[in-house]
Amino acid sequence: MFELTPLESEAIRLSLRVALWSVVTSLPFGLAAAWLLQRYEFYGKTLLNGIIHLPLVLPPVVVGYLLLVLLGRRGPLGSWLYETFGISLPFTWEGAALAAAVMAFPLMVRSIRLSLESVDRNLETAARTLGATRLSVFTTITLPLIAPGILAGCVLAFARSLGEFGATITFVSNIPGETRTLPLALYSLIQTPDGEAGALRLALLSVLLSLAALGASEALARRLRARLSD
Amino acid sequence: MLEVDVQRQLGALALKADFACRASGITAIFGRSGAGKTSLVNMLAGLLKPDRGRIALAGETLFDSKAGIDVPTERRRLGYVFQEGRLFPHLTVRGNLTYGLKRVPKQERQIELEQVVALLDIEALLDRRPRALSGGEKQRVALGRALLANPKILLMDEPLAALDQPRKDEVLPFIEQLRDEMALPIVYVSHSMQEIVRLADTLVLMSEGEVKAVGSVEDLTSRLDLRPLTGRYEAGAVLTTSVAGQDKAFGLTDLRFSGGRLRVPHLKLPLGQSLRVRIRARDVSIALSPPENTSILNMIECEIKAMSEENSPQVDVQLDARGTAIWARITARSCKALNLRPGLKVFALIKSVAIDRQSLGRRDRTARFLSEDK
Repeated sequence: MFELTPLESEAIRLSLRVALWSVVTSLPFGLAAAWLLQRYEFYGKTLLNGIIHLPLVLPPVVVGYLLLVLLGRRGPLGSWLYETFGISLPFTWEGAALAAAVMAFPLMVRSIRLSLESVDRNLETAARTLGATRLSVFTTITLPLIAPGILAGCVLAFARSLGEFGATITFVSNIPGETRTLPLALYSLIQTPDGEAGALRLALLSVLLSLAALGASEALARRLRARLSD
Repeated sequence: MLEVDVQRQLGALALKADFACRASGITAIFGRSGAGKTSLVNMLAGLLKPDRGRIALAGETLFDSKAGIDVPTERRRLGYVFQEGRLFPHLTVRGNLTYGLKRVPKQERQIELEQVVALLDIEALLDRRPRALSGGEKQRVALGRALLANPKILLMDEPLAALDQPRKDEVLPFIEQLRDEMALPIVYVSHSMQEIVRLADTLVLMSEGEVKAVGSVEDLTSRLDLRPLTGRYEAGAVLTTSVAGQDKAFGLTDLRFSGGRLRVPHLKLPLGQSLRVRIRARDVSIALSPPENTSILNMIECEIKAMSEENSPQVDVQLDARGTAIWARITARSCKALNLRPGLKVFALIKSVAIDRQSLGRRDRTARFLSEDK
């Protein structure tokens, strides 16, 4: 009764791929940034904190435009990437994933940082008196304790990436099969005459997708919490 | 041998510790809160870095500011039992216990899981999470976890302070067992003289960031000049005695010490068992001649050695019973009426029932103590 048209299934697959890559690639950086901001005092910390949180307050179009300036073929970073590795990000799905990652980054960092703040540092010193190196303390004590926070950060970032529109359309445009994710496909349908029915179906799909993601994360979070308490 | 000579500025407190003691048995660090006890132990553990100085344990230098040595905590091989347990909430009791053990190479392991589980009686808790444990159980697990790291020395920072009396009584015997059965030196931080008399051999007195005196528990608690530090309420003397006989009919035990004998409520201990008895100054009264028709069983011939000269209605009198110090706290009025003065021969009267279990500490090994007093 609810069969997906090729256009719809393509948009969904692309959206999931973009959101997943956005989360997976930004997670290590998010963890590092949260760790740096929570554990250390250093010169320029306020500036770094500001830059990380900028996408939260800037219009997404501005972020997309800045990415284009920086990473476009003739941009300072883009030309280097192209000449050294042959990588070109604008107008590709990888570029869409990057735009989504940048937009979602502050949400991920905030969530991980908050959970780091709630970790009892005394447990870490206790682990060190038991012979654990700093690295081993991180993997066996800190990481398990902040796992719920990391998960929450990933879910937030995933949801944000699924819905990314402004930065994406500015940086990688709206190319069917390459960068036309769900919100972009929805936007295109609204722009075409007689597209309302299709737009409604896509909107409904968006809702279902988001609910599924939320449900899955809720189940996972419950299992993690059960391990921590009980 | 534990050698410490460190300095560190901690806000307004200048911490200065310079002492050495035999690293065996229990060495207690005693002082009021804020005296720098925990900071000192944290320096031993490598959790707090001294501004300058040196720390060595059993010939191995752990810290030396001049030589640039600062062995990181995880390689100092010590066990640390914290006041609040600090069990890892995401691991089971078993996971907590083996956390340190897993990091000890197999051939260096001398203490194994089964041994500790049996010693601390925690078999039934192994699969539980720390959250499901009572305060006393948590401390037993924390103790076991520290032991299983196979440490060269065990540091205990007020491990009983967060527990109520019944929980304390639950954990104390385990610490005693540890002292008696494992040849593991222990540094025990406490502000309870009762615990120290029961457990410790050597006493390190701290006040306002400085180590004021180091010596055997018996010696330091009987010194008048240290009285402000050892505490007025806790004032008393510690006698080293041995069980000399049992009076089954009246349920009394005879203890002998260099200054005479003591009869105390029955103790289930073998003849010859060495025992430390703490006699509080407020349980001792003084008579000029042996009283007749009295209920007091313990009358000990003494000579007055010194008297506190505080301007207060109470006077602490130090008595010498053939080499053993005993303290008596009497009113200034009685002191004047009896015309007490140093050199006078008197009788110390001690109520038997005043000596309770809390005042006793088993003493299986000879006094171990070595240091110069500051």
